Amino acid sequence: MSGAKEIRTKIGSIKNTQKITSAMEMVAASKMRKAQDRMTSSRPYAEKIRNVIKHIAQGTPEYRHAYISERDIKRVGYIVVSTDRGLCGGLNINLFKRALVDMQTWSEQDIEIDLCLIGSKATSFFRKFGGTVVAKTSNLGDTPEVEDLIGSVKVMLDAYDEGRIDRLFVVSNEFVNSMTQDPTVEQILPLPVGEEEELKHHWDYIYEPEAKPLLDKLMVRFIESQVYQAVVENIACEQAARMVAMKAASDNAGDLIDDLELVYNKARQAAITQELAEISAGAAAV
Amino acid sequence: MAMTVHLDIVSAENEIFSGRVERLIATGELGELGVEPGHAPLLTSLNPGPIKVTMAGGEEEFFYVSGGMLEIQPHQVTVLADTAARAEDVDEAKAIEAEKQAREALADQNSEIEYSKAAAELAAAVAQLRTLRSIKKKSGK
Repeated sequence: MSGAKEIRTKIGSIKNTQKITSAMEMVAASKMRKAQDRMTSSRPYAEKIRNVIKHIAQGTPEYRHAYISERDIKRVGYIVVSTDRGLCGGLNINLFKRALVDMQTWSEQDIEIDLCLIGSKATSFFRKFGGTVVAKTSNLGDTPEVEDLIGSVKVMLDAYDEGRIDRLFVVSNEFVNSMTQDPTVEQILPLPVGEEEELKHHWDYIYEPEAKPLLDKLMVRFIESQVYQAVVENIACEQAARMVAMKAASDNAGDLIDDLELVYNKARQAAITQELAEISAGAAAV
Repeated sequence: MAMTVHLDIVSAENEIFSGRVERLIATGELGELGVEPGHAPLLTSLNPGPIKVTMAGGEEEFFYVSGGMLEIQPHQVTVLADTAARAEDVDEAKAIEAEKQAREALADQNSEIEYSKAAAELAAAVAQLRTLRSIKKKSGK
């Protein structure tokens, strides 16, 4: 019966694991919903700012902001948004792969890359992989605030202002639905402006104090809000991916338990049969 | 009924207020300003301070913003509020902090590699020791 006992303890330990994974699944599901709410509630700000920027850009065509005008590329910057914790399937690895493919095209043109890392998974990945890391933020938790991101974004914006980088990208996961998360690379500097629309309005703002500093400030806020949105969206992705991964883990644990139960029953049967055979053999000998 | 104008107060994190108001008073960079329906289009940055809002029914309410922007159009007023206290030197300090963290993460690299290297060496040494001991035992008996 010793084999049977070992199998029992194994089944017990797998059951414990299953309990943990299914609890994690439920926690991830509720966190995902909250993260989705946060995603939608941060949208109006970015939209309002975009409208105002568009308006000023149209209203004062003589002032081309540095964040709008293209220039020659000598060096590019990447803001890589990752999660702080693991156990979320291939979410981070897929993201890093996507980022590396993109970076490859730059390094083939002998263009160097600066990295700004958000989240501890990106830090440990690029620590092993190598790369010039100029700024880093991690441990943002489930409810990040813009305040936590100001520093790292400023490092990249300063680099752009001083001409150390000529383009800035954000690499993050896009939340398609709870089953699908797409790793995407989005250019945020210079701002990809669409076709210039006809000037529809014939009025302009009264600026207090002046258009230029206001535009500068708005631009910085806009970039920050873009990065913030990427971070919040990435958290929703993290929770969704974790939910799916933990569901798969719970299912697998269930399968394992079924298999082991079968083996256990067989072992038990074999032991009983053997015992009976021994008894009847003993009786026959007497 | 008094004239009203639509007011939105939004921050990067969430929507703080949205509704019709009779008047609002905010602290602009160049001084306080009161906005009533039909105000000329204006764009200004806000200083940290309260925004006093007179709702459509005459009720008054205060919102605190730690800076931001105020955009006024005749039928629509928008406050783009900052939630964090912003100042040039505070931002600078945060940037320095982010850079420092990056440097530390890189510095960590060495220690982590050395640690794993040391751990591997230790494991090898322990294994050697164990083999030596078992050989000794065998030859001893």
